[in-house]
Amino acid sequence: MKHIISALVENKAGVLARVSGMFSARGFNINSLAVGETDDPTISRMTIVSEGNERTLEQIIKQLHRLIDVIKVQDITNQDYISRELALIKVNVTKQSRSEIIQIVDTFEGRIIDVGPQALTVEVAGEQNKIDAVMKLLSSFGLREIVRTGRIAISRKKEVTIKNKK
Amino acid sequence: MKKNGAKILIETLVKQGVDTIFGYPGGSVLPLFDEIYDNSRIKFILTRHEQAAAHAADGYARATGKTGVCISTSGPGATNLVTGIATANMDSVPIVAITGQVKTFLIGNDAFQEADVTGITRPITKHNYLVKNTTELSQVVKEAFHIASTGRPGPVVIDLPVDITVEQAEVKYTKEVNIRGYKPVYSGHIGQIKKAARAISRAERPIIYAGGGIIISGASKKLYELAVKTNIPVTTTLMGLGGFPETHKLSLGMLGMHGTAYANHAVMESDLIIAVGARFDDRVTGKLSEFAPQAKNIHIDIDPSAISKNVKVDIPIVGDAGNILDELNKLVKKCSINDWLKKVEAWKKRHPLSYGDKGKLKPQYVVEEIYNVTKGEAIIATEVGQNQMWAAQFYQYTKPRTFISSGGLGTMGFGFPAAIGAQIGKPDKVVFDIAGDGSFQMNIQELATAVNSKIPVKIAILNNSYLGMVRQWQELFYHKRYSHTYLEGNINFVKIAEAYGAKGIRVDKKDQVRPALEKAVKTNGPVVLDFIIEPEENVFPMVPAGKAINRMIGGMA
Repeated sequence: MKHIISALVENKAGVLARVSGMFSARGFNINSLAVGETDDPTISRMTIVSEGNERTLEQIIKQLHRLIDVIKVQDITNQDYISRELALIKVNVTKQSRSEIIQIVDTFEGRIIDVGPQALTVEVAGEQNKIDAVMKLLSSFGLREIVRTGRIAISRKKEVTIKNKK
Repeated sequence: MKKNGAKILIETLVKQGVDTIFGYPGGSVLPLFDEIYDNSRIKFILTRHEQAAAHAADGYARATGKTGVCISTSGPGATNLVTGIATANMDSVPIVAITGQVKTFLIGNDAFQEADVTGITRPITKHNYLVKNTTELSQVVKEAFHIASTGRPGPVVIDLPVDITVEQAEVKYTKEVNIRGYKPVYSGHIGQIKKAARAISRAERPIIYAGGGIIISGASKKLYELAVKTNIPVTTTLMGLGGFPETHKLSLGMLGMHGTAYANHAVMESDLIIAVGARFDDRVTGKLSEFAPQAKNIHIDIDPSAISKNVKVDIPIVGDAGNILDELNKLVKKCSINDWLKKVEAWKKRHPLSYGDKGKLKPQYVVEEIYNVTKGEAIIATEVGQNQMWAAQFYQYTKPRTFISSGGLGTMGFGFPAAIGAQIGKPDKVVFDIAGDGSFQMNIQELATAVNSKIPVKIAILNNSYLGMVRQWQELFYHKRYSHTYLEGNINFVKIAEAYGAKGIRVDKKDQVRPALEKAVKTNGPVVLDFIIEPEENVFPMVPAGKAINRMIGGMA
């Protein structure tokens, strides 16, 4: 099962390598990993999507905790959370297909952010299955390039804020 | 007042209580060595290889409980430390390794003697630092010692560019260490401790399984109290040797792959395992799915990630072993487990550790005689392989920090430099390195260190001209095809010892063993004892790889 792990880490050089190195050294999977600064510039938030059984997940959380630069770790999979992913999709376009593509993008509340003679670039944000659906639909026109951010997620619970970690 | 980084470093080390540094100089640490040159507070031990400096710092830490310190230059100096750092990491030994680094502006340029040391050591340290400016240096050193020595201890690397040691900065020594991502838990959850006490009172076939955590925590007296109060037998891991007196009637010695048959049988048939500061490592459990099938597990450990890593734990208690045992001892009383104790006693009688004493000199006999001559009071360091297992089996350890061995990583070449470190830390003790002829040659150059720094360690080589343990596996599982395990050459270790200025004694007969050992112990200086032993002697009992630990072979001689 896929799990979403949300971690607060020190915002300094080498921390990403410590985290990703721990995953590879211990044979854990990373499906996606997204990092960004929080409101406190000394702290970053990592959202890691990983796969494994309960015992593996327990170990992942514990091993993350062991890292000195990791301040707080939570598996938010079983909490009430909201997750998003952003994708930029460059899709082939012809005069005939243009309106159909625009229609699909509209339906999924995406945006056309760049237009070329033979390709359109589409921006879609949302839950992972929504992005998967858009990609599937657009793939029939021929996809040229896809860039996805990986998931980020936020818990609805109040205490998952930075102030509590200090 | 402004001071240069080198001075700040050394002054901070002194403030941390460091009295000894093991190391080797080089280009990137010239300013540091200039500072060490006339510092009267720090004793510097020049090893002849950086790897030995790391092992010596490790041996010093294991023998004293203090944090060991080693220094190397950048690049190859630092990479030579790597094996020693990994060894300390696997056995949770607090060391701080200071590595020189090329100048800050050269980092990443493939400069002369440059290596990405924080990158290389990341997976084998508890934490590491690349110091970026001189003002933060003192604080980094304090943090490094704090991290290395607290919680589950481990090695910390400080990578120090040479310009940082030259630049001047104002020093602030006052700031306390407060790392927001690092807060080890020391006291155990009282509800869990009560649960454990209840489980102990109900158990019919309980056993205590104690590991290196007992020694790190300084909890051996409390473990003794728990055992004696409840009457529960105790087996220890290799790392736990000395954590419970092996001369006591409740002691079952070591368990696992080369453990005693009675310890392994007792664990396998137990209904409650009380694991303290141990990690259910594969050398202990054998085939996991068949390990102690009827047992409930209580697991006391300071590292939460050790719990339920290999074996499912019923009652986990995270915290310091000493604190938790203190609380637990208040709640437990004598268990009525006479039938169980009788059964254990019967196993002890039926399957004692033994060896056939015919033919050539037997290594087990040599180890027994080392025990007799030193009255069990020596510090025993070991190399890795058969020598290590015989040293574990046939010397009876009664006190913590008297058995020093690379358990987790299994590093050949560890014992001799570790013995040097232990001897520096414990100058009044007799220190032996029980060695093999293979392992000893991996750091044999340290004879120069021992002689020149007047470190009177005794090296007892159990010389079978083989890489004995690998040969044993080849004999048992590879049809005696001894592929590259015969160490040809008939090396004259006595002459080697003498060439370095040490004493050398060769022994190949049983009746020469004791006089040679007595002479060695009386000699005020390093002695190499070359015991020519039965070349194809095996370590028994033995649990073959992938088998349950009660499926032992051998040892019934």
